Amino acid sequence: MTATPPKSDAARRQFLFDSAKMVCSVGMLGLGLGLYAKQSKALPALALRPPGALPESDFLGACIRCGLCVRDCPYNTLELAKPEAPVATGTPYFTARNIPCEMCDDIPCVKACPTKALDHGLTDINKARMGVAVLIDHETCLNFLGLRCDVCYRVCPVIDKAITLDMVPNQRTGRHAMFLPTVHSEHCTGCGKCEKSCVLEEAAIRVLPSKLAKGELGKHYRLGWEEQKKAGHSLIDESKMIDLPDRLPEGARLPGHYDPASGQTEAMRGMSGQEVVTIPSLPPGLGGKP
Amino acid sequence: MSQVSHKKRIGAEAIEAKGWLGAHKWLILRRLSQLSILALFMIGPLAGIWIVKGNLNYSYTLDVLPLTDPYVALQSLMAGHVPEKLGLIGVAIAVAFYFLVGGRVYCSWVCPINMVTDAAGWLRDRLGIKGASSLSAKTRYWILGMTLVASAITGVVLWELINPVSMLHRGLIFGLGSAWMVVLAIFLFDLFVMTRGWCGRLCPVGAFYGLLGKWSPVRISASKRSACNDCMDCFEVCPEPQVIRPALKGEGKGVGPVILAANCTNCGRCIDVCSKDVFNFGLRSNNPVPTASIGVQPGAK
Repeated sequence: MTATPPKSDAARRQFLFDSAKMVCSVGMLGLGLGLYAKQSKALPALALRPPGALPESDFLGACIRCGLCVRDCPYNTLELAKPEAPVATGTPYFTARNIPCEMCDDIPCVKACPTKALDHGLTDINKARMGVAVLIDHETCLNFLGLRCDVCYRVCPVIDKAITLDMVPNQRTGRHAMFLPTVHSEHCTGCGKCEKSCVLEEAAIRVLPSKLAKGELGKHYRLGWEEQKKAGHSLIDESKMIDLPDRLPEGARLPGHYDPASGQTEAMRGMSGQEVVTIPSLPPGLGGKP
Repeated sequence: MSQVSHKKRIGAEAIEAKGWLGAHKWLILRRLSQLSILALFMIGPLAGIWIVKGNLNYSYTLDVLPLTDPYVALQSLMAGHVPEKLGLIGVAIAVAFYFLVGGRVYCSWVCPINMVTDAAGWLRDRLGIKGASSLSAKTRYWILGMTLVASAITGVVLWELINPVSMLHRGLIFGLGSAWMVVLAIFLFDLFVMTRGWCGRLCPVGAFYGLLGKWSPVRISASKRSACNDCMDCFEVCPEPQVIRPALKGEGKGVGPVILAANCTNCGRCIDVCSKDVFNFGLRSNNPVPTASIGVQPGAK
């Protein structure tokens, strides 16, 4: 302290110093909070939002954490996240394996929401998309083992649309069918009843946020068979197609097989010169010859 | 410790003059207000009597009265979202109410954290802990600004990620979880680190409500300031001591007796602890500017 600056000068310095301190410390706090906010947007796999919830990044800006949806849920499905919960503090979520969404027709949770965090435009609960059920474990699912559990299929509120049982040959026994529960995401609401009722210790079918569950085709992808259906005819001149002989197992025939070259739908196009036999009861290549 | 025990308790004079009840009137009313608001919210989940649903962020009373926290709604707005109709009506009602009665009435009559920090302050006084570190009381405005800007940048209602006020209130109603640790941290912070640290320097919710009630008509007035005997009890007990001086000591400077500072929480503790009944609740408009030459006793009320 050699020369004391004039008082106003010292005050100005002090002011600048204090302001800088303030900006820095509050900035640090803001940075920390901002990073925390970014992280909180990452929806964990097992926490589902109520029906009609906006995409997570919008939801966290619109939801004011009041819990009215929780209160108006007649099944106590929803809860507000405690600080240690996997989603942002105070926001509503449910865990399908504990209490799934019962898909009320009048959707009281959405009606109760004082913000647009739950989309009031959702009036048909079948259009809710809380997530997508995924039969995640093919090794333990009883139906995949060839048994007839079918529970997830039976409890599905959108049965035969959201979950179907698709028959495929049981390769283990060689003589039975397996009825594979197959989820169709265009109908699945993500209610979680399948996950809740899965009889295994740990559910083999789980509802995941669709972002985790779904792949996405490139925007430029076109599926030939759908384009053909839309156009009403093949998009190429099939008469000019070179049709190579189909490689079929010896003696096999494929009823209903469409051969573009001949324009014929029907028939048995076995290898020329060979005797045509009917298809065996076993799938091609399995079991012994009949 | 001997020093502490010999020290005059805040409000001792007032208790002598007005009796214990008289010297705690507003404090008792305030606690009643805080606890009954909390009870109204909790009686639903605890006893199944649904008078109020929700929490301080948004509540719906008797299926007619919506109330929205305007600070949360503002953050949501900054994040790019407008509430539904009921939410908007709730904002309007809350804004109008706090604009009239004083913004920081929220802090002293409603907020559950107030009881925590008051307890810390009380214990601090009992234990004779002297203030260690200090922060400017303006810090809260910086934090308030930061939460609004950062809400806009992140698209998240930012302060709600860590807001101890809503964590405690929501926790008591919907399940506390580990939120008690946050509340304990606030308590310890106010007790050991900083006098009136949370509510008086950091909390952006209080800062917001302070600004909201900046021009509120209901104010505390040092009407009988000429009777002040400089015991300093009001300064000791006030959660925002800086707000008192201009009004209490402004007579000679031509300043009226009404406490105009936005950060006065209208808690009424100064009324309680004053043995001379200097303070009373009044209206902002009833603020006669003294004419120093005559030296009239201002505020006839």
